[in-house]
Amino acid sequence: MINALHPALIFIAGALLIPLLKGKAKSAYMLLLPALSFMNLLQIPAGQHWVIGFLDYNLTLCRIDRLSMVFGYIFHIISFISILYALNVKDDGQHVAAVLYSGAALGVVYAGDLFTLFIFWEIMAVTATYLIWARRTRASSSAGMRYLLVHLFGGLCLLIGILLQLHNTGSLEFSHIGLNGLASALIFIGFGINCAWPGFHSWLTDAYPEATITGTIFLSAFTTKCAVYALARGYAGTDLLIWIGAAMAAFPIFYAVIENDLRRVLSYSLINQVGFMVVGIGIGTELGINGAVAHAFADILFKGLLFMAMGAVMHQTGKINCTDLGGLYKSMPFTALFCIIGAASISAFPLFSAFATKSMVMDATAKDHLTGVWFILLFASAGVFHHAGIKIPFFAFFSHDSGIRTKEAPLNMLLAMGIAAFLCIFIGSFPGYLYSILPYPVDYQPYTAPHVMAQLQLLFFSALAFTLLMLSGIYPAEIRAINVDADWTYRKGAKAFMWMLTNPMTKLGAWISRTVFELIPSSLGWASKNPVAVIKIAADSLLLKFAVPEKRDEIKMRIQREKEIYPGDIIRHWPIGSVVLLAILFFLAYLLVNYMTGAKH
Amino acid sequence: MDKKHIFDEPKNVKRLLVSFYAILVILVSIDFFIPKHPHFAWEEWPQFFAVYGFVACVLLVLVSKYVLRPLVKRKEDYYD
Repeated sequence: MINALHPALIFIAGALLIPLLKGKAKSAYMLLLPALSFMNLLQIPAGQHWVIGFLDYNLTLCRIDRLSMVFGYIFHIISFISILYALNVKDDGQHVAAVLYSGAALGVVYAGDLFTLFIFWEIMAVTATYLIWARRTRASSSAGMRYLLVHLFGGLCLLIGILLQLHNTGSLEFSHIGLNGLASALIFIGFGINCAWPGFHSWLTDAYPEATITGTIFLSAFTTKCAVYALARGYAGTDLLIWIGAAMAAFPIFYAVIENDLRRVLSYSLINQVGFMVVGIGIGTELGINGAVAHAFADILFKGLLFMAMGAVMHQTGKINCTDLGGLYKSMPFTALFCIIGAASISAFPLFSAFATKSMVMDATAKDHLTGVWFILLFASAGVFHHAGIKIPFFAFFSHDSGIRTKEAPLNMLLAMGIAAFLCIFIGSFPGYLYSILPYPVDYQPYTAPHVMAQLQLLFFSALAFTLLMLSGIYPAEIRAINVDADWTYRKGAKAFMWMLTNPMTKLGAWISRTVFELIPSSLGWASKNPVAVIKIAADSLLLKFAVPEKRDEIKMRIQREKEIYPGDIIRHWPIGSVVLLAILFFLAYLLVNYMTGAKH
Repeated sequence: MDKKHIFDEPKNVKRLLVSFYAILVILVSIDFFIPKHPHFAWEEWPQFFAVYGFVACVLLVLVSKYVLRPLVKRKEDYYD
């Protein structure tokens, strides 16, 4: 028996106590949570723990191995940084949701079976939705609802896949799955939706820019990285992932160039960075997996840092669009500096983190001679510098002076950014520490003369392109506009569906109910009053169609007269005696038939 | 009166640009003296990464501006 708690427990149980505390005690308590949780984590030895029986199956609540531990480390680091960044927020709901969300992410990476993973997966979807709704704007409430619906759909795919997998294999264990049949494909898609694959990605670019300033920092760290973890665990070496990843790395940068909302630019670049990780997982070699995991580690820090810098700008100015910002280096110099460090890290400048991590994925593609993918990733590397490395700091802090004069961000925000910035440089300058915790032994040296040279050339000449395009006025002007993306299909699609329901479908429904429930019964009722007269009218109407012109007036007159007297005096035409006679004849026929068929037996 | 900041002075912007161009020249010139051990043949070509980075970014901007933007741009209240 081990003297420790489940890795997710301190976050999840601890979150519920946050509303009970006030002031400094609350801040101290919230900062203590990740620290306590981390110390607890270190007490748990490698292996499977908390194996409990559930119905006829065994659930493994905790599995400690090298892959889950890397994610465990970085999740603790980023939750500490994000909580520090969020300390000035006076909204207990957000704090509770954020800490629960972080705890659920830990639950996902330590889950040893698919059912446990699914439970934490769904807790993440719900708590993340709260962090979007907590912004309390009209845009955030509808974006949050779309986020929830997309993730519930993804969760449903995952659940059906898990149940089929259980049916096929009889086991819930979460280890390598690989693409082989419907069950594995559904789990694959369930993971892929959270991973923001092309076509499934727009929940991310739709919702993250609408979430609260501090909520976005948590969101950017956990959901996609849990999906990266799950794919690395279950689908390493799946060739399809190489191409999915390449597409993810390439297409968002085009959107990022023309996007006006700087947090949305970062959301696109988030997909672009996750693309590199997905390629690494698809390659599936030790170098590829190490690269994917290392890059996830680095990305959580620099993407968090960039979102924090943009959040600080938003917190101080209330604005986030390129068209409204510029010249802020004058009033927010520290935030500007931290933003530049984040930008240098995501661009993979030598001595900054991605230089030591993204290059592992590049090297893995080159070692496998994936020429096309290598060219796409190199293009994406130049492009990420262009839109995240230059565009973000340039339009927010430099460019034309927007005239905004404000104060530097609050101290807790600056401290959080400072820690993240320090770690970005530390990982880039001393990558050995990160390499030593990766899933496989690392035999890779990022700092070689040709690699440094190649990267510097790539980046500086990308910067030259930006400079020349800026000076010549060809660079696309910032425009107040939105750019439609894959979410168009369900945002406009839902509207079209509702229009279909309210217009043609309701009209059709009304017509059917009128015809079936009103018109036909009432005409039948009308006709049944005097069928003979109805037949006469019908016959005369038919006759009218074929009659010679001279006879027409006469027939018309007759029809009019027949309609006027309808239903007429039925009793006179149908005396009761004849009805009785008819009934007797009918009975007689019935008896005869019955007798003849009975005689045969 | 607002305090003058570093890039309010056109001279400083010019200095920045000049040092930037100087770095480019240095990078291009020392590239010839770096020994290379590539996976692909073209990694050995002189200035391959410089040319690729420049061309990639120009293409990226042109395609975004002249192809993607006309296709996807909508008014800010498009979804309301």
